Amino acid sequence: MAYKPPKQSLAGQIFDVLTLLVLTIGALYIPLYLGLAGAVKVPNPIANPTWEALGQNAAEQQQWAALGITDPAAANDIITARFDYSFSWAALIVMAVLVIGYFVMVVRLSDREYREVIEERFGDKKR
Amino acid sequence: MANVTSTAAEPERLQLLRVLGPAHIWALGVGIVLVGEYMGWNFSVGKGGMIAGLIACWVAGLLYTCVAMIDSEVTSTVAAAGGQYAQAKHIVGPLMAFNVGLFLVMAYTMLEAANAITVGFLLDTVAGMQGHSGLNQQPFIILAIMFLAWLNYRGVLATLTFNLVITAVAFVAIITLFIAVQFGASNVPLDFSAITSDPLPYGWVGIVASLHFGLWYYLGIEGTCQAAEEVRSPARSLPYGTMAGIMTLLIAATMTWYVCSGLIPWEYLGQAGTPLFDAARVTGSTSLMVLLFVGTTFATLASANGCINDASRAWFSMGRDRYLPSWFGAVHPVYRTPYRAIVFLVPIALIFALGAPLDQVVTFSILSGLLGYTFMTFNMVMFRNKWPLDTIKRGYVHPFHPLPTIVLLILCSTAYFAVFLGYGTQLSAMMCFYIVASLWFHFRRYQFVRRGDQFTMPWPKPQGY
Repeated sequence: MAYKPPKQSLAGQIFDVLTLLVLTIGALYIPLYLGLAGAVKVPNPIANPTWEALGQNAAEQQQWAALGITDPAAANDIITARFDYSFSWAALIVMAVLVIGYFVMVVRLSDREYREVIEERFGDKKR
Repeated sequence: MANVTSTAAEPERLQLLRVLGPAHIWALGVGIVLVGEYMGWNFSVGKGGMIAGLIACWVAGLLYTCVAMIDSEVTSTVAAAGGQYAQAKHIVGPLMAFNVGLFLVMAYTMLEAANAITVGFLLDTVAGMQGHSGLNQQPFIILAIMFLAWLNYRGVLATLTFNLVITAVAFVAIITLFIAVQFGASNVPLDFSAITSDPLPYGWVGIVASLHFGLWYYLGIEGTCQAAEEVRSPARSLPYGTMAGIMTLLIAATMTWYVCSGLIPWEYLGQAGTPLFDAARVTGSTSLMVLLFVGTTFATLASANGCINDASRAWFSMGRDRYLPSWFGAVHPVYRTPYRAIVFLVPIALIFALGAPLDQVVTFSILSGLLGYTFMTFNMVMFRNKWPLDTIKRGYVHPFHPLPTIVLLILCSTAYFAVFLGYGTQLSAMMCFYIVASLWFHFRRYQFVRRGDQFTMPWPKPQGY
């Protein structure tokens, strides 16, 4: 006997769409909006910057000028900003568990559903 | 295209039109991705320096070659709208398919948002050069998204023909800049001294970290198979168009790195919004500036256009299968496009385009793409195991299996670590999103799905079931 899904009401359809929208905006947009997520790139400006002190040769100085930046002070933050790649192993392990655990969960639950699909699709031929 | 009868209960179901050839597939793939040369890739230089940026470009090229090989085999066999979504449905199961559909929608919608941000940023830059700094970018962002959504609403052939033309112009602009600089058109000399003076500002970890944005050079090439149901000859056109697209992008990416790294200090390049246009500015040539302005505009529009096309096909497919409310599974009675899906995704793109920084939006897109590539690895193994080569006819069989799969898995793992370096919060947020969405689907949404309808290919029963 083929599985007969229940008919979904209009209100139910709207509820499901809103759930996905809230998930998308809640999980992805709100952390950005609140400034909770972001790359850790920190400027380390030097005092009394000159092009030479910032490590820029003559050709690079020409390039900065062509980009509209002639004052080394204006380039100070851009040139000295660096990412901080120090990390905790615990955080890395948590991330690995999240990624691997996610795929394991999805594949296992999918397989349960897939068996129902195959049973229904090929069930008649088997009998 | 004639209407066909799908089931006795549903007398007529409108089908998408089969009007596309290999050139359209190339344009769809390259059109979505070429913008990666015009913006975003350069953040890889910011994460690791000039050399790291180049290595990331080539390593990411290897990753995407594996993606194209694997994807071509499966797609040439599972030729249905939704691409990887349809693959997951037939090979892994409904929940995986739901997730893959979400990967596609999120990757392309975020890429679309990133493109709109770039259009606004470019116009602001040009206005500033003309003495009108402080341009309000928001109307242009909204206009770009709304116009392309309208174009997609009106029909796929016009949309992808439009893409073919503007993608070709954007590609020619990169080649022209490269050749012009080689023949001395730049007032400022190419300078690669940072390669020796500051080769690896972050050490070797910078090379790994830069792979994060290195993916941006090619992200979205797998979108070629979204149009599988609208291609006249999927078995021929999809592998041909996809592989030609990868080759085009490898060439364009290397030329882009060369010109930009030579003309722009790496510290500036690592955070620039429109690197190729900036390179043209440095040359001092007005004609090159105009050309690269046009190229950047066209590349972003072509990409956003393709993204709307692909994201809406994935959303449409999920609606048609009741993974989402079936209201989204409608085809427009006149234009034969998934018009409800197209319209629904517009506000989501706008929310992120108007309210999030470019690098964050790019990262969300990359992460969803990366999850999709990880899926391809075990999907390929399961495909070969469930249906060995002699059991079903494939349009294309990729060589050296399982080597491309193993390489892809290693590179994906490295890329996760690369994203973790600097953008770990986004990675965690995205994983939480997909985990909660998966639980929602399995325990709530799946009850509305017709089981037997999830397997539509005329294949024998999979081995092991």
